[in-house]
Amino acid sequence: MSTITPYRSPLRAGRDGFAQLLRAEWTKFRTVRGWVFIATAAALVTVLLGLGFSAISHSSCSEGPIEVACPTPPLGPDGEAVNDRFYFVNRSLTGDGSITARLTSMSGIITYPPPNHDKIVPGLVPWAKAGLIIKQNTKQGSPYAAVMVTAGHGVRMQHNFTHDTGGLSATFPRWLRLTRSGDIVTGYESADGKQWTKVGTADMTGLPDTVRIGLFANSPGDLTVEQGSLGGSNTQLRFTQTSAVFDQVSVQGDVPRGAWSRDDVGAHGMTDWERYQRANGLVESGGTLTVSGTGDIAPSSDGQSIERTLIGALAGLIAVLVVAVLFITAEYRRGLIRTSLLASPRRGRVLAAKATVIGLVTFTAGLVSAAVTVPICTRILRANGHHTLPVSSLTELRVIVGTGALFAAAAVFALGLGALFRRTAVAITVAIATILLPYLLATVSGLPLGVSQWLLRLTPAAGFAIQQSVQEYPQVLAYYAPQMGYFPLAPWAGLAVLGGYAALALGLAVLRVRQKDA
Amino acid sequence: MEATIEVAGLRKRFGQTMALDGMSFTVEPGQVTGFVGPNGAGKSTTMRVILGLDAADAGRALVSGRPYASLRNPLHHVGALLDASALQPSRTARNHLLWLAHSQGWGARRVDEVIEQVGLGSAARRRAGGFSLGMRQRLGIAAALLGDPPVLMLDEPSNGLDPEGIIWMRGFLRSLAAEGRAVLVSSHLMSELEDTAGHLVVVGRGRVIADTSVAELIAAASTGRVSLRTTARSEAMSALAHAGATVAATDRDTLTVTGLAAEHIVALLTRDAVPFSEVTAHRATLEDAYLDLTRDTVEFRAGEQEATR
Repeated sequence: MSTITPYRSPLRAGRDGFAQLLRAEWTKFRTVRGWVFIATAAALVTVLLGLGFSAISHSSCSEGPIEVACPTPPLGPDGEAVNDRFYFVNRSLTGDGSITARLTSMSGIITYPPPNHDKIVPGLVPWAKAGLIIKQNTKQGSPYAAVMVTAGHGVRMQHNFTHDTGGLSATFPRWLRLTRSGDIVTGYESADGKQWTKVGTADMTGLPDTVRIGLFANSPGDLTVEQGSLGGSNTQLRFTQTSAVFDQVSVQGDVPRGAWSRDDVGAHGMTDWERYQRANGLVESGGTLTVSGTGDIAPSSDGQSIERTLIGALAGLIAVLVVAVLFITAEYRRGLIRTSLLASPRRGRVLAAKATVIGLVTFTAGLVSAAVTVPICTRILRANGHHTLPVSSLTELRVIVGTGALFAAAAVFALGLGALFRRTAVAITVAIATILLPYLLATVSGLPLGVSQWLLRLTPAAGFAIQQSVQEYPQVLAYYAPQMGYFPLAPWAGLAVLGGYAALALGLAVLRVRQKDA
Repeated sequence: MEATIEVAGLRKRFGQTMALDGMSFTVEPGQVTGFVGPNGAGKSTTMRVILGLDAADAGRALVSGRPYASLRNPLHHVGALLDASALQPSRTARNHLLWLAHSQGWGARRVDEVIEQVGLGSAARRRAGGFSLGMRQRLGIAAALLGDPPVLMLDEPSNGLDPEGIIWMRGFLRSLAAEGRAVLVSSHLMSELEDTAGHLVVVGRGRVIADTSVAELIAAASTGRVSLRTTARSEAMSALAHAGATVAATDRDTLTVTGLAAEHIVALLTRDAVPFSEVTAHRATLEDAYLDLTRDTVEFRAGEQEATR
């Protein structure tokens, strides 16, 4: 038998680690022009639809026949949009001091409530407020701290619009006290004016030496939401007013002598009720002060949220799902998957590398398009007369990066489906039906609120929550529904649900690719 | 590490069909081993099992002594061409090889080398979707050669090649084997392998029918008949019968001799001064030998299919 010298290759051995696999999958992706085109289209359509939506959306206000610039709502100390409307009976306080008063009763009216909407009835809405307040000045949006009795939520200590602490439940008469000591303002309550219980403290760093201190009353609009029989909802807000009766009012500290100042903070125009029945204001009778007011001191969600500019991301997401599915099903269709598995016999790693590449590509598409769309489109909206809700730069960053993460998680989910079903049409259909369809059903179809919210908790569509910039406040009664841009899950929790689905789909795909003959 | 393919006792069932039924053979380096058998004999399944793509129910398949799945840098150990049409049509030939090269840590230079080696240089930047089957086969060969491996496995590489391409392929495979590589080439046509393969593994119905060199296979199939044309029929018959051969008269001046090689016959008749005009040794062709071997399995399969209808 002849001796044969086996072949020795002069080629240096390569490396076949995960990094090489990633590079191979990236090369695969970038060398198919159609895929690069679809991924680019995902970004472009997100930007262009956002620009189009912003450009055609105008808002105008008029005074009589004359068009005027729309009034911009006030901003709170942290830059957020706020409502700041109440009747303020006040005087100046310099340095430390306190105010004490007994609140003997609250009453009010609600105009034209359901069911018949035909009369003005006596009553208080749950967040009708009356109490004591220390505020930097009488301008809307300036820092404040207040202790108050509410009609439905007991005694509260609130400050600077977003902060709210509950006290004991209220029974009339109720004594309230608000004390300033340096930067700290503390609210107390008492049943008898002797035994005091602390309700809460507010760190008011930055409050000037001289502030306004006094009594206040207000009442937010009466909100009802009707579910339409054909879907959709009808939201109504009705004028309300609160009158609170105080006595035993005393102010300690450096206060000037003289009468109380009276300010209807944030007032603009009068309703017929105020004009002909009872205007907001103060009625003094002996030691009794009756304060009537309307409005609310709270964060505001009136205006365009920044995520509205990302309307095009829905169309962009379709492109993302398509390209992610094609990235794997094309290999099954052509039999190329076998070549991939020859190059990397460790099959799970092939899918992991594919998921990483498509995730990074679509993350970039989402990130870049949102980073362009959000700042430009909010500027266009403002230029078109819209009031856009200001958000912190951290929130804006989260919405922009979150759009990238939403794209990436959806792409990995779709890739997993593609590897499971191995058929393009089936995988794309399932991906769209599980991500986009529940989102649309929950936000525009007018399903009952509970159904909409469960859809956005349980389905992959929960991931859209990462784009929500508006915030829910327990101390503000509003229609926190998906149609209004409020998701039942917190932003990162919603994204985690989608991420969980993506991990599940990819995990099942890895199991399948490992088990079966390729 | 020895460049070999070893297959031992492979069994695999697809539903009712026994695709592999104790397939065992070894592919040695330095020659082209033809892997031949009718369609459905289990050639492609065996190759997929060797490459770790399909799992066998029993048995083992080793490449250079190790299971394929355990190979690091696998394309450096084995090059395979299974399905030349397994391509993303919109990707260029060069980019198809480029992602493969990247997966093993090699760069574009190696890609350009193998493209030239298989003669696809001018088509390298064209979309593979527009390639003829012959060009796809060349691209598939290039992919198999990318890692310059000591073991090559090619499933029907001559499919779709034009005559010029077939000649090129034969020479190419022989030269690869001559470098000391183990080369396994499957085909369902023995004629394709006749001038290429030094060794043959003939399979049918999921098992090996013959595992032999080409020369042995032909010798076994040849019956050793020699025809002799002579005017002196009776002298020739007695001389040859005396020497131990079986002689039969075919017609008036032709004899058929068995049991003696042609050169012996010539020597014998010359010594005894018996005149003769022509001596013809009947040699079987490889195709004859193959058909002999596989006839049973093919017929049996056809019969089986009738029965299941």
